[in-house]
Amino acid sequence: MSAATMPPPSFQVKPKLDAQGEPLGELLEISMGPHHPSTHGVFRMDVVLDGEEVVKLKPVFGYLHRNHEKIAEGISYLSTMPYTDRLDYFCSMTNNWAYALTIEKLAGLPVPERAEYIRVIMAELTRLQNHTCLIGFFVQDMGALGTPMMYAFREREKILDLFESVSGARMMCNYMRFGGVRVDVNDTWLAQAHKVTNEYAKFLDEFEEFLTANEILLARSQFVGVIPKDLAISAAITGPMLRASGVNYDLRKVDKYGIYSRFDFKVPLGEHGDIYDRYMVRVLEMRESLKILQQALRDIPAGPVMDPKAKLRGFRPKPGEVYGRIEGPKGELGFYVISDGSPNPYRYRIRPPSFINLTVLEDMCLGHKISDAVVILGSVDIVLGEVDR
Amino acid sequence: MLGEQIIKGMAVTAKNFFGSYVSKDRLTTVQYPEERLPQKGNTRQFPMLVFDGDPEKGLRCVACTICEKECPPQCIFIVKSKDKKPDYKGQPQLYPAVFDIDVSVCMSCSICVEVCPFESIKMNTEFELSEPDRFEGFLLHKEDLAKSNEYYSKLHPDDARDSDAVLTAEKAKAEAKAKAAVEAKLAADAKAKAAAANPAPVATPIPAKATAPAAPAATPNPPPPAAK
Amino acid sequence: METLEQIKVRIEKAMPQTKIDILPNECPAGDRSLVVDTASGFAVAKFLRDDAQLKLDYCSNVTGIDWPQATIKTKVKKKVVVEGVEKEVEETIETLRSGHLEVVYHLYSMELKHGPVVLRMRTENRADKTTLPSLTPLWRGAELQEREVFDLYGVVFEGHPDLRRILMWDEFVGFPMRRDYVCPDDFEYEPTPHDKVLEQARKHYPVEVKPAVAEVKP
Repeated sequence: MSAATMPPPSFQVKPKLDAQGEPLGELLEISMGPHHPSTHGVFRMDVVLDGEEVVKLKPVFGYLHRNHEKIAEGISYLSTMPYTDRLDYFCSMTNNWAYALTIEKLAGLPVPERAEYIRVIMAELTRLQNHTCLIGFFVQDMGALGTPMMYAFREREKILDLFESVSGARMMCNYMRFGGVRVDVNDTWLAQAHKVTNEYAKFLDEFEEFLTANEILLARSQFVGVIPKDLAISAAITGPMLRASGVNYDLRKVDKYGIYSRFDFKVPLGEHGDIYDRYMVRVLEMRESLKILQQALRDIPAGPVMDPKAKLRGFRPKPGEVYGRIEGPKGELGFYVISDGSPNPYRYRIRPPSFINLTVLEDMCLGHKISDAVVILGSVDIVLGEVDR
Repeated sequence: MLGEQIIKGMAVTAKNFFGSYVSKDRLTTVQYPEERLPQKGNTRQFPMLVFDGDPEKGLRCVACTICEKECPPQCIFIVKSKDKKPDYKGQPQLYPAVFDIDVSVCMSCSICVEVCPFESIKMNTEFELSEPDRFEGFLLHKEDLAKSNEYYSKLHPDDARDSDAVLTAEKAKAEAKAKAAVEAKLAADAKAKAAAANPAPVATPIPAKATAPAAPAATPNPPPPAAK
Repeated sequence: METLEQIKVRIEKAMPQTKIDILPNECPAGDRSLVVDTASGFAVAKFLRDDAQLKLDYCSNVTGIDWPQATIKTKVKKKVVVEGVEKEVEETIETLRSGHLEVVYHLYSMELKHGPVVLRMRTENRADKTTLPSLTPLWRGAELQEREVFDLYGVVFEGHPDLRRILMWDEFVGFPMRRDYVCPDDFEYEPTPHDKVLEQARKHYPVEVKPAVAEVKP
């Protein structure tokens, strides 16, 4: 095993010694969280500090553990769909799609064309609002005291208005079903989506002018929290964090699930794997999402949105197991479902991207200051609903 | 010059700040509760039971308990009645003696609306439901949940129209079936009476006709299972 | 990517002592999996990661599954001679599946962009022999996920650098995701107690608790 794969031996940490071999001061142990404004939820980090430098860091979570996987074993397949909204509560549409995709693979259900286009539109809108929100939080962690975050939220509300007018709820949409989507979108909605997409490019320009070359942001984020390429692959990092380290692995291009092979978009890659690269990868991904949205809104065909033979109640897939995954805004979101022929799943497992991206939190933070640790955590983009399930 | 980009950023902030005095786009805060945003058409908050006309006799719910079984957090509690009352089609149906929804548990997923076969449970849009009592206050009973069809049409006009269309179609089908059954019975009675009134001509060429009426009279019984 | 049969042949050639099987999967789009015995699990995984044709460097998902002891009934058609006439009769064969825990690894390749190869390992029983080799030295991404399987199922991974509870608190007793886990009796008042909650309510409140049933209206 190479040094890149094993965690650093950080259980016994000793303070630095001076020329006489005497310890230079004591180490300070801090528990950051769970009630903390910068930890993006109920998340705790046990940090050992030498002055201001991080010497050991262990993340502790489980404060939001609701044992969703066991709840799903007791209720039917359809009833689990509203619970998937609440996993990564910012991106409920993509969570729903991942689950619907998995069950459609399990039972072999076909999906109509129009439903596929609607799913892509919803997923890319979700990606837009998630990345916008994240940049807002990320800059706030650096001390921007909320102004960019409020601008981000103002734009996000336009997308959430779109979600509410089609599915009835801003965040917990419960919109995808096995074999299509729940309700159809009408022309007014499509026109409004077109308007939002066109205005978003202007907002992104303003946002970038505001942030991208800002000296404070550059000084605080360049070469901070670096993950080398082989560590990123071995630690199963996915999503924008992986692409910022230079690995070209985007499930929309690799698995080509849904109808992504019809759209023309690029995958942005970073070079250094630091926080600034992750920020830039997310900004560029937002622009690619706008491209996909414009193509999808232009090409969406007419037709049904749900297979007429699909059953809502009494859905019993044949015994078997399947692993379905999509490229969510935070990384690879996968569902592993084992069915034994009964109306409830036998085993239902969620592969959460935020949880696994936290594996290398310690590696990234060692040697940096405690204030950098906060920003590094912000760049990982965790949502505790997904980490703890 | 060091700090140039920071000054540019401040220019953007200034544009937004002073712009909010001038353009509506930049001033997006709504002063709740003095102002309220208009709600979207499809907003879903908590369920309600729809009735046509009278809250007791016109309640569409027939206590089939499908919504109770499908509800993910199991927040619905139904007790069926012991007697039956006539529904909108005129057929006697059970009704719920107790229909409780615990809205502190309900997660507004509207799966109960999707699976209801009788168009009776729909989504309400009221969300200002704060109560001082955490347990009894959030337990809505049948009386609190029952809302008239007119209220439903005001909230969701398209959905109410579709619901009404489905119910009228069902009613028309049931009436057509009832009418066809009544006509068939009258025809069978008439033919049986005619056969009974003419006993003698049975031995003559009329047997072809006399036996024919026996066939329609016999149709209610064996042939349908054989055809299945 | 080559088929599972070809991979199995190559593994058996490279490491002759491995006992490796291919598990079928009846669902239309699912993948079949390789079941490996615990003694050679680590070596097989290392082969899968380092082999030039496979290069499975990305361990996407680690899942724990609980299979309690159960009798499995399979229907088999047999030809039986009854009174000189050969007839086909359906017989039910009952096999006892001893209880065990299972860990499933989904392996993909980021370099060659193929996958998945599904690797499974089974423990001997659910009570005391629940040890499996840890694959964290090979794939760092399995670290937190194996901790979760340990926390929720009780599988002890040998060779894991930091095996302790992750989602439940450290002093917790029990393994919540097992099929026979009984929740502790922490009853909280509910205004609509019915079914199991009503039983719990009756145990806590010695006075007769009336379920929420009103008078039946005539």
